Amino acid sequence: MIGAFDGNEFFLDPSRCIGCQACVQACAECGTHRGVPMIHLEYVHRATGVQTAPVVCMHCEDPTCARVCPADAIKQDDHGIVHSAAKPRCVACSNCVIACPFGVPKMKVELDLMMKCDMCYDRTSVGKKPMCATVCPSGALYYGPSEYIEKFRREQPVNEFQFGRQTVRTKVNMMTSPELKALPFEVLDFLPWEGKDFDPFELSRAGAPDAAAAAVFDKTP
Amino acid sequence: MRLPNRAALIAGTALTLATVAGIAVGSSGMRHFDPALTGYAIGALMAAFALGYRFTVWAQRPPSRMYFKRGFELMFRRAAAVAATPSSPSVAVAPSPRAESGDEASPKRTATGASQPLFPHGAGTLGYALARNFVAQEFIRRRGGYRWIMHLCLSGGCTLAFAITFPLVFGWIHFSSFPDNAEMYHVAVFGMNVDSFSVHSFKAFIMFNLLNISAILVLIGLVMAGWRRFTDPGERATQSFYEDIVPLLLILAVTATGLALTVSYKFLAGRGHGLWAIVHMVSVVALLLYIPFGKLFHMFQRTCSLCVSRYKKVGEAGARAHCRRCGEDFASQMHVDDLKTVLDELGFDYRFEGAKGEVHYQDICPACRRGLLALNQGRTIGR
Repeated sequence: MIGAFDGNEFFLDPSRCIGCQACVQACAECGTHRGVPMIHLEYVHRATGVQTAPVVCMHCEDPTCARVCPADAIKQDDHGIVHSAAKPRCVACSNCVIACPFGVPKMKVELDLMMKCDMCYDRTSVGKKPMCATVCPSGALYYGPSEYIEKFRREQPVNEFQFGRQTVRTKVNMMTSPELKALPFEVLDFLPWEGKDFDPFELSRAGAPDAAAAAVFDKTP
Repeated sequence: MRLPNRAALIAGTALTLATVAGIAVGSSGMRHFDPALTGYAIGALMAAFALGYRFTVWAQRPPSRMYFKRGFELMFRRAAAVAATPSSPSVAVAPSPRAESGDEASPKRTATGASQPLFPHGAGTLGYALARNFVAQEFIRRRGGYRWIMHLCLSGGCTLAFAITFPLVFGWIHFSSFPDNAEMYHVAVFGMNVDSFSVHSFKAFIMFNLLNISAILVLIGLVMAGWRRFTDPGERATQSFYEDIVPLLLILAVTATGLALTVSYKFLAGRGHGLWAIVHMVSVVALLLYIPFGKLFHMFQRTCSLCVSRYKKVGEAGARAHCRRCGEDFASQMHVDDLKTVLDELGFDYRFEGAKGEVHYQDICPACRRGLLALNQGRTIGR
């Protein structure tokens, strides 16, 4: 019998994403959250381009989401997988949703429950691939041995991120330049209000006034 | 956190002493205490200590402490007043854009005073949340009808059983026959006669069988829960023996041995009653001691949801946080500020600083964080 994970790892390369949505459809087939996709397919900057990026849970070594949970509902198992909130405990406060450095957990308002990507634990725990990585046609989501990635990709994996002063190490790998040992995560360079007073109403998009709130509170059943 | 945790030791001891006092006073100085139930009473006292200890350890964690603190504060404030009062929890770090834009500087913010009302403003929210989440467990119905019925059977049956047995064990309720008529019973609560009935009445039938009725409810719930644990692929993948199976086995042991007592005295002329009584007591004490340390502790942890209900309601009416990248409203400013405090207490530091200034990562909405991940990755590989 094949064991859990069996030497395989998850590799994420958003730059290869073609926006086909196959991962979103496949994700909803997962046994631990049937019918509800947990993967995010994000437009990087919708106003200026159509580039999309898939975001799965990075499964942090010291998960911020679990540490800010007031109800001890988020647990990390021996494999390092950070699971969806325990159903009896989750009080739907959305601390995890707002604190996750990668913006991963989803607050299912209808269910009063936080749900998130658990790397298809029903599949990976018995040696199968996660749904999204199985169907991704462009290799933006890859699950397999690291030897394969090192041999066939120009980019190389890192699993360390520098968020300002905070270092975050993860189970999932991000593909980046071979010279880097950690992915530098910069925010200031991408803020559009440099040198101006912060005026959210100038920034927000007409016609989508609650887009960010919808990203935190998922009200779809 | 230090071990042993002093505050938790005090809380555990206080809860145990309160239970001892409850037994001593409620049983009229042990006069109505049933010595046959001593084992249960000792088990309950041990569980009381463990529960007080565990609850305090949990409530001291920074995020839990924050919600309890805010829960108590916000109970006494008007939802809209919170945003306006300077002493309010939402110490505006980022200026609230709507207030600055002047014009419609929301009447609800300025009109309300900050005076402490006699009646807590949160009482309505609290009562509603108690009825909806604790009694009707409406959120479980939304998660699934099957699970809702299963949980109502389990929690309803267990609550009924505990509501009968704890007062009996503590000597708060006792039954005694009339001096001149052995077929008539008095019911005494805290030593006062409140009712009397004939042992042949329908009321007597219900009273004597309430525990059996609760056992049937629990059994229905157990069968449903067991079926789900065996057949649901998602649950099978993620469940753990200690967290998910042990509580079902313990409740099953209590229910089955309790029913065995009924079978013994009703149909077997009391054969094996002594043995079953001991096994039943052991299983009950094991369940009581499991409660503070396993899955069943959620019934106490969910008190936090009462604070969260109020917190959300006040947050919706108060100042809102707008993402520093996209400008969208994504949470209440109070929530964002409180999370910054909690993250500091936990030892996380998500502040970015550079020549252009300083930004806390909590001021960026989750959607923008996902976009920024791709932008940062793209930049490192020249895309």
